[in-house]
Parts: sequence; C-alpha cells; structure tokens
Amino acid sequence: MIDRALVIGAGIAGIQAALDIANSGYEVVLVDKEPSIGGHMAQLSETFPTLDCSQCIMTPRTVEVGHHENIQMYTYSQVESVARDDLTGDFSVRIRRRAAYVNWDLCTGCGVCQEKCPFKVESVFERGIGPRKVVYTLSPQAVPNKPVIDADHCRYLQSKWDIEAGRVPAVTKKGKPAKPKCGACAKFCPTGAIDWEQQDEIFEEKVGAIIVATGYDLLPQSRLKEYGAGRVPDVIDGLAFERLLSASGPTAGQVLRPSDGQVPREVVFVQCSGSRDPEHGVAYCSKICCMYTAKQAILYKHHVPQGQAYVFYIDVRAGGKGYEEFLNRAQEEDGVVYLRGKVSKLFREGDKIIVKGADTLSNRTIEIAADLVVLATSVVSRADSRKVAEMLGLNIDTDGFFSPSNEEFSPVESGMPGIFLAGAALGPKDIPETVAQASGAAAKVLSLFQRSKSERKQVEGVGDEARRVEC
Amino acid sequence: MKFAYFPGCTLSTKAVGYDVSGRAVAAALDMTFEELPDWQCCGATFPLATNNTMALIAPTRMLTRAQEADNHVTTLCAICYHVLKRTQVFLERDPEALERINWFTEEPYAGQARVSHFLELLRDELGWEALAERVTHPLTGIKVAPYYGCLLLRPENEIGLDDADEPRILHDCLAALGCEVVDFPYKVECCGSYLAVNKPELPEKLSQEIVGSARRHGAQAIVTACPLCQFNLDYPQRPGGAKGAPAGDELPVLYFTQLMAVALGLKEDVWGMEGHYVDPSPLFDDRD
Amino acid sequence: MRTRISADLVRGEFVVQIETISGENLLACNQCGKCSAGCPVAFSMDLLPSQVLRLAQLGIEEMLGSQTIWTCASCLTCVARCPKGIDLPRIMEALRQITMERGGNCLEVDQVSPEMMGEMPQLALIGGFRKFTT
Repeated sequence: MIDRALVIGAGIAGIQAALDIANSGYEVVLVDKEPSIGGHMAQLSETFPTLDCSQCIMTPRTVEVGHHENIQMYTYSQVESVARDDLTGDFSVRIRRRAAYVNWDLCTGCGVCQEKCPFKVESVFERGIGPRKVVYTLSPQAVPNKPVIDADHCRYLQSKWDIEAGRVPAVTKKGKPAKPKCGACAKFCPTGAIDWEQQDEIFEEKVGAIIVATGYDLLPQSRLKEYGAGRVPDVIDGLAFERLLSASGPTAGQVLRPSDGQVPREVVFVQCSGSRDPEHGVAYCSKICCMYTAKQAILYKHHVPQGQAYVFYIDVRAGGKGYEEFLNRAQEEDGVVYLRGKVSKLFREGDKIIVKGADTLSNRTIEIAADLVVLATSVVSRADSRKVAEMLGLNIDTDGFFSPSNEEFSPVESGMPGIFLAGAALGPKDIPETVAQASGAAAKVLSLFQRSKSERKQVEGVGDEARRVEC
Repeated sequence: MKFAYFPGCTLSTKAVGYDVSGRAVAAALDMTFEELPDWQCCGATFPLATNNTMALIAPTRMLTRAQEADNHVTTLCAICYHVLKRTQVFLERDPEALERINWFTEEPYAGQARVSHFLELLRDELGWEALAERVTHPLTGIKVAPYYGCLLLRPENEIGLDDADEPRILHDCLAALGCEVVDFPYKVECCGSYLAVNKPELPEKLSQEIVGSARRHGAQAIVTACPLCQFNLDYPQRPGGAKGAPAGDELPVLYFTQLMAVALGLKEDVWGMEGHYVDPSPLFDDRD
Repeated sequence: MRTRISADLVRGEFVVQIETISGENLLACNQCGKCSAGCPVAFSMDLLPSQVLRLAQLGIEEMLGSQTIWTCASCLTCVARCPKGIDLPRIMEALRQITMERGGNCLEVDQVSPEMMGEMPQLALIGGFRKFTT
C-alpha cells in the first residue's frame, strides 16, 4: 500500500486531517474546489463560545498547510475520478485543476491585478452582501494567496474567445485587427503572471487512503417562501451576517444594512429557518444555529451598543462545554430578548421588515418592525454529495450527508476500506467536533499506514515470495 | 370549446356580476360555459371532521353531474372550487370513503372527475399570451392588486392551483389584460370568511389591513376570485360605514372576470358592476 | 393554577375523541407557535390557537369555554405553515363539534343583524351556520 493520503475538501476538517497525517511523516494530497483553503470557517467573524477571531485561530493552520513539505495542495481543483487497485487497495486519483488564467509559479500575491480590475461581480464568499473583482482571491489571508480569473465574467477572455470563434468580426470597422477588451490585470502584473492561454490541468495521484471532508452548504433562502424567498432586501442568512461582522468583510466589520448602508437599530434573528420542518424544509435540527445566533446577537450588540436584538426560537440547544453559559451571557449581559415562537411570515413595509411571530411563553402574537432580519437557515449537504459518493462507492443518507458504517460507534469510517469521513460532510456539527473528527479520521489513516508498514516488514523479514501483502 | 360550469348559489344571487361577466368572457374566448344541469349548493364548507359524511354528499352529487358532462366541471367561486376539489381529492385517495358515500347518493360516483377553476383553464388551456392577444382595450395605467384569499390556494397539496405563499396566477391574468400589477404582502391573508356572520367586526378589521396594504403599495383597485372575499373587502368600505379609510381613498374590489370583460371590449351590460359598495366605474370612465 | 395530570387525563376520553374526530395526532405538536404567529384573527382570541392545542394535549377541557374555536375562520394558514403538518383546522372543528354536542348550537339566527343578513353572500350564511350549529 502506498502510504500517501488524499483529503477531499480543505475546510477546517480537511486542514486538520491533512496536518495530522503530514506531521506524522506521510505525504498528503489536499484538494479543494475553491481558490484557497479554509471552507466556511474562513467566512466567520468570531467563533462560539470563546469569541475567538476565526481567521486568527485558523490562519496558523492554513499557513502551516501552505508551507508543509508533506502536503501537496491542489486548490481550484476537484477530484474527477477514483479507481481502486483490487490487489493493493491503492487508489488512482485523477484531479482536474481548473484554468485560473494566472500562472501561480510567477505570481507573488501582490494583489495589483485585483486592485486594477475594473469590474465587480457578486461574490459567493460574501453571500450577496458584497462584490468581488473578476480576478480575485477570497480574502486577504487566503492560502494560497494567489488569484484566479472568473472566466465567465472576464471581458478579456470573453471577447478573446468571441474573436477566436468568429462570433465577432476579426477586423474592426477601421480596418484594424480586433483585439480583446480590457486586460488591465495583465498590463499591471509586475511578473507577467496572467496567462490567457492557460487550460485545465489534469493531475494523477496515487494514494493509499482517502478522507472525505467536503463540508456543508446552507439552505437557499428561495426555499423559505413565507420569509421572502430571498427577494426581500435586508433579510439575510447567518453566513451573510458573519460577513457583515467580519473585519475583512465588505463593510469592514461595521454592521450596516445591505440595502441602504444604515446602521440597523432593531435586528430580528429567526432560528429554525427550514430546520425541524419536515413539511417544508428538513426534518432534522441543524445543531449549530442556536449557538451561532446567540454569538451573532452578542457581536451585534458589541458593534451597535444602542441596538436591540431579538431571537425567535422554539428550543435552545446549547449542549457543549460553556454553551449554556454563553446563552445566559447573551440575555443577561447583552440584553438579547428571546421570544419563544416561530415566525409565520415576514415582508417589507417601507424601509422596515414586518416580522409576524409569536411568544408562546406569554401567549401573545408578536409583531416587530425590524431593520434587519437574519435567518438561521438549515445546514444542508452539498449539492454534489451524491456524485462524490458514487465516485467513491460510499453511502449517503436521505438528506445527502455521508453515512458512516455505524453512526454511534464508527463515526469516521465509511465502510469502504481505506476511505474515511470527517466533519460537516457527515451532518451539522460545530468546530470542536469537526476538528476532533478530523483528527479521528487522520488517526484511522495513520493506523492503516502503520499496519501496512508492519505487514510489509513481516513479509520482508520472512523472505517468502509466495506471501503477498494484503492491505 | 365548451366547459361544464358550476355556478354555485352565491353567483346566482348576490355575486351575479361575477357570473354574468364570467360567462360573457368565457363565450368571447370560445370557452363557453354550459351550466351543469340539476345543480345544488355545494355546501360552502369542506367538512373537516372525519365523522361528517353528510357534508360530503352534496359536493359528491355535483361530481356525479360532472361525470355525466365529460368528467370535468369548472367553477368561478373560489369556495365552490375548494369544496368540490377537496371532495374529489379525498374520494380519490380513500376508496373506502367513496364506497360509503355512494350508499347515500342516487347515482354512484366513479371517482375520476376533474375539478378546475376558470383561472386554471385560462392559464393551461388558453395561455396568457393568447389572452393578451384578444385584449382590445388594454387596462394600461390601471394599478390593480391581485388578492387571492385563502381557499383558492390552500391546502396546496390538495388544491395545487398555484404556490400558496407566492402565487402568480392572478398576477399573470392581470398582466395579460395590460394592468399594472401591484404585488402586496397581504395577498394571501384571510378576509375573515364566514366570521361576517357571527363576528362582523373581525372581517372589518382584516379588510382595513388588507385594503390598507394594497393602497400603500399604490393600488387603485383590488381583484379577487371569491364572492365572500369581495364582500368582506368591499362592504366595510361602503359609504357611511367605512372605518379608517379617508373618504376618496376607497379601493373598488372587482372580480377578475369583470376586468377581463372590460379589456376584451365586451359591452358594459356584461361587466356586472352593479351592486358594488365602492363604485368601480370611475376607473373605466375614460374608456370607450 | 395547579393541574393534576395522569394517564386518565392525557390519554382519556376527551383526548381520544378529539383525535378520532380530527384524525390528528395531538402529541406531534411541539408548540413552536407558528400557527398562532400566522393566524389572522389571533389578535382577537383569548387563547392562542397553539395554546388551545396545548390544553387539548393535556386533556384539559376548560378551554372549550374559550372564544378561540368560534373565532377560527378555517383559513388554513396554520396548517399550511405548520412544520409538522398538523391539521389544526381539523382539531378546531373537532372541538367545535364536541362543544356543540354537549351544549347545543353556538349561533342563533337572531344573532345576525337583519341588515347584514340581507347584504351578505349566502355562502357566508351557509358556511357560518354549518360551522357553528349542529
């Protein structure tokens, strides 16, 4: 067996697993489809219950990954196929690295291209709160700190391809040869790193073990019709609010309404937006929302001391260490008013959002004219989890999350030899659990490598050619 | 085309304007209504108690009539539509119940009838583009708020006419007629329904909120598909009875078929606009 | 107010009757309150719809004396929004039926003003009388 591991997904689970394996002396291939590593944790402002700055605690690890001699990082890449050698149990992995149109060997990460790019588009990383440039890195602390060009929106590339395909005349009206538009990044790049001819690249790697750490997504607001279906201004989801709170976010950490840049004085947080709702959403509890909502309400009050936060909840789930105390802090120290009841409907009225909820504890229907509404939308599986599962021969549950061979007792084992699971790819979970699972999956891989090493030693020691190594 | 048509008791009396305009519009679009023979009141409520078989008999009888008329009946009254549709779905899903009901009916109902609302026929059989093409007097510049009420849409998994939170069918119909469609948040909020009987102050209050919201969003008129909604929104605005609505700010409440009659260039005598508490005619004064 | 509950109450005749007539499982409700939040007439009710369901879950019959079940307009908003799909309109109907079986009609013809009687669409009269009389 080849004692190299593949880790699919470079969120905090993938990062932790990769580091644990690499620090034990084995090589790791780490793949992520984003231009840089960090997953959703990179989008967070602070983490609960410590209120540590998310980037601050994560960056030491992402930097370690970036520099690690044992880690081969493929970002802006996806695993295309995995074939298993029946004899050795090793995996042949094909990885496709998308064309970034930037030569990362020449790029120094100076950022001039981003500065000079004249065009902005909506940023998925900023969850609709802010834009990014067409040539972009996800954040100032990105690892690797190298940009990619979004070809769909790049004027140069689109016009270049139009000319090459003959969709536009090859010669202008003035008789000159047609040239692609813009190209500002290439003009200003000090090392000539912009590579308009770059193609997707295929890499073939051979590994002995795989860890699936592909993470989660959030339920799109379009599914929540009585909450505006994502079309009501200033109704945003939890990750979008993180971007508002984040110092490296589109508002430099000021809590401002997306619609008009005003400071919201009354913010309504709606828990269970889609969760615990077998009829319209997902039946399960998304586990992290009660805690991150409390965190967001606390942070909102720190940013806007004269503001008022309300949280509509059904139950508050605060089972981790220090979690209950954190909840108490939100109410006692930061004056967050918790209202027990689901919101039935919300809609825009002038520049406010009318929220119609209930408080079953006082037996009243409650109406709030909010400046900003934050929906704690359900944690859901990635849209391509089925594809990944089929590629690897793994099971997924009815919600699309990967199923371990036994939920209670073997939570990181997939049931397929050599393939392990970690993190939110298995279901909603918070950061401590994710990191623990990642280390757990890494331990399984290390144990696998160790066993195969000792078996090989055994065979070599005996010198019996008839005995094969079965991994 | 011809469609078997169930008018219902209210469209034959209080809401006769809805019936008159509806029939005229259907005929003009070559979708003529043929009144179901020997029809009776559908019961006005779909029984929600499992032991209320009696209340299912009347609508089942109507479904049997539909059976004889090509297995399809269409309606204008949202309540009739709701009762007949839910009865049909219930009997389709529960063969035992169907058998039980048939003990009480003169002719057995086989369980296969289709119940449609005229809006559905316009959308699916005719198409909004085709409707727009037949419009001779587009209602350009008239700002109309479509009000759906409750029973036309809910429960969505039985009625299935449109999305119960963000419906579009009336929006699309009005757009085809050339209106400026005013979307407003109270479009699926209840008007108070039969509480007009025992607690009339409640529909009055609800009407204020619904009409007020439509007005704040710039509507000049409200359009509905239900005679009870029409009454509950219109009656509180009546002269001498209006509460909270400054005089001159009343919004006429019309049936969609009435607007269709105007837009299709039909004669005024089929617009059916007598009997409104808030007179809608000023909206159309400057038209031929 | 102290309420003593026991199996006789929470699984007693009253609860069984409601569940049978409505066809609904009362204990499926986790009291999230969304029904009350969206009920258009909750503002005028003495007990919220979710409260009525809570008392029904516990087998507490006094709530039959509340105005709530006679204020329900059967608009179906509650069941459309309920995360568990609990058909609260059916439960309300069951409670109305049980009350009327015990104590007669809850609407008399002379309660309706003659003026309204003449003006309102008959489907309102039919609907109202069907809901509020046996």
